[in-house]
Amino acid sequence: MTPALETIGLTHHFGAFCATDSVSLSLPPGARHALIGPNGAGKTTLVNLLTGVLRPGAGRILLAGEEVTGLAQDRRVRRGLSRTFQINQLFPEMTPLQSVSLAVSRRLGRDGAWWRRLGHGGAVAEEAAEILGRFGLSDAMGRRVGDLPYGRQRLLEVALAIAARPRVLLLDEPAAGVPEAEREDILAAVAALPREVAVLLIEHDMDLVFRFAERITVLVAGAMLMEGTPAEVAADPRVRAVYLGEGGHD
Amino acid sequence: MTAAPEETARRQLAGLARWRPAEIAFWVLVLAAYFLFPQRAALIAEVAVIALFALSLDLVLGYAGILTLGHAAFFGWGAYAAGIAAARGWEDPVLGLLLGGGTAGVLGLLGAPLVLRGGDLTRLMVTLGLATVLHELANRFTGLTGGADGLQGMNVGPLLGKFEFDLEGHVGAAYALAVLFLAFLLLRRIALSPFGWSLRAIRANPLRAAALGIPVRRRLVAAYTIGAALAGVAGALLAQVTQFVSLDVLSFQRSADGLLVLLIGGVGWLYGGLVGAVVFKLMQDLLSSLTPQYWQFWIGALLVALVLLGRDRPRAWIAGLRRPAERAAP
Ligand SMILES: Nc1ncnc2c1ncn2[C@@H]1O[C@H](COP(=O)(O)OP(=O)(O)OP(=O)(O)O)[C@@H](O)[C@H]1O
Ligand SMILES: [Mg+2]
Repeated sequence: MTPALETIGLTHHFGAFCATDSVSLSLPPGARHALIGPNGAGKTTLVNLLTGVLRPGAGRILLAGEEVTGLAQDRRVRRGLSRTFQINQLFPEMTPLQSVSLAVSRRLGRDGAWWRRLGHGGAVAEEAAEILGRFGLSDAMGRRVGDLPYGRQRLLEVALAIAARPRVLLLDEPAAGVPEAEREDILAAVAALPREVAVLLIEHDMDLVFRFAERITVLVAGAMLMEGTPAEVAADPRVRAVYLGEGGHD
Repeated sequence: MTAAPEETARRQLAGLARWRPAEIAFWVLVLAAYFLFPQRAALIAEVAVIALFALSLDLVLGYAGILTLGHAAFFGWGAYAAGIAAARGWEDPVLGLLLGGGTAGVLGLLGAPLVLRGGDLTRLMVTLGLATVLHELANRFTGLTGGADGLQGMNVGPLLGKFEFDLEGHVGAAYALAVLFLAFLLLRRIALSPFGWSLRAIRANPLRAAALGIPVRRRLVAAYTIGAALAGVAGALLAQVTQFVSLDVLSFQRSADGLLVLLIGGVGWLYGGLVGAVVFKLMQDLLSSLTPQYWQFWIGALLVALVLLGRDRPRAWIAGLRRPAERAAP
């Protein structure tokens, strides 16, 4: 089967510093894949390469078997690649409803229309409401995004990425900084993602990783240390040394 | 008992586009001003021109977030295009308006790649530079533009083939207000459309906008082009109602005035340009009659005061025109 997302020898340098070192990943459709590694391992850089924020110095990126290595960000999104950000990237002055409605309009190819109001016809509003409901944001849809508590902003991050109806979703530490009480909401939202979407989850919380992932890739200093099932990763002495050594996971 | 979320969502989005009573009141007042002050027709026309220029600048600056110090380039281009056309026998004012706006739009489209190339500072320099180049060209090609003496011999025909422009400027004022209103309707549509929202999104966070799949560059080029075209219409309008074009349509002062108007009224909402233009022009009128020599001093002082007070202040005073919960529109 053609992988939903594949990279071949992806490499990127910041100056002389090698942040991504010949990474070859492959996610089948519907994958539940985790990417772990210590701080500064190059996880976010990899997401930026995959989405087109950064251009790789070498290597290729294939989306559903098609080369997207040189494609602009928005074109990749239209081909079914969507992401969330480790640090919130939202529209603070808009409401969640306005933000998600714009994202839905974009997916429907209507974001360039200038003669009809946002949400004309009602279908966009309905879909936006449905998405917001899925993330427990219904009661906050009319509030200013910048005024929402951090945990709910995190949920909106994921909701915006989902509104593009991706085939591949990259989640960059979706629960980072979320207070314990609200963490479960994020975990539930991640667990409830549509099964056919291939998900690459970056996360430091090992409980979450081992609950979620079917396969795990360990990244160290920009390079893949290993890849395997959660059990294989947990049992690997090298992984324990560089990453799990701090506490371990059984 | 609360409404279903779908219903709430539909209502909230529809509510964004609804005309508020304060908006209707604003336009009724504009109409009233036209009939109540017939002896100030020239001033009214001038306010309308400045308001239209400010609206076009707001689309570029307030909505799309493109910093510019040279928006007068398009205003001046439109003024000279319409002026030269009228001086060479192309007398129909509406055609002249379309010519001024259309060619300014093309100029904007051609200039956009240059302007959008760099960051904010680059944009300031490039826009300023382009406007300066045009100003110098207009100064140089005296055969076409009249140079420093201004463009002579404009002959603007009757409006719609019926209404001759009168010396008191009544037709001119009505014409200017009508064009302003039509342009406002167009911009209101744009501001409330998905395209308008994508501009707000790009201004607020281009990284996320791109991550949603919005083609950021294409949107900015479109906004810049539309803004340029409308500035061209404003310039053409000024040329036609005053039957004269001088070099100051391309001056830095003209660009700066547009920014000042938006600073007074507030950027990123259409009534900001309208209210700002009224306040700016009335103040200029008042100050220049009180202290003919020093009115610019007071405008400058006001500018500093506005910035120090925080420019949200005057905006808050006239918040009635805004939608209370959904602040970003129109
Ligand atoms: N724009 C940049 N310029 C220079 N160096 C960078 C840049 N972005 C990231 N780096 C460096 O590249 C390395 C990888 O950074 P990256 O953000 O990808 O790590 P990460 O695995 O996401 O870390 P974390 O778990 O802390 O989020 C780090 O050493 C970082 O300092
Ligand atoms: Mg990171």
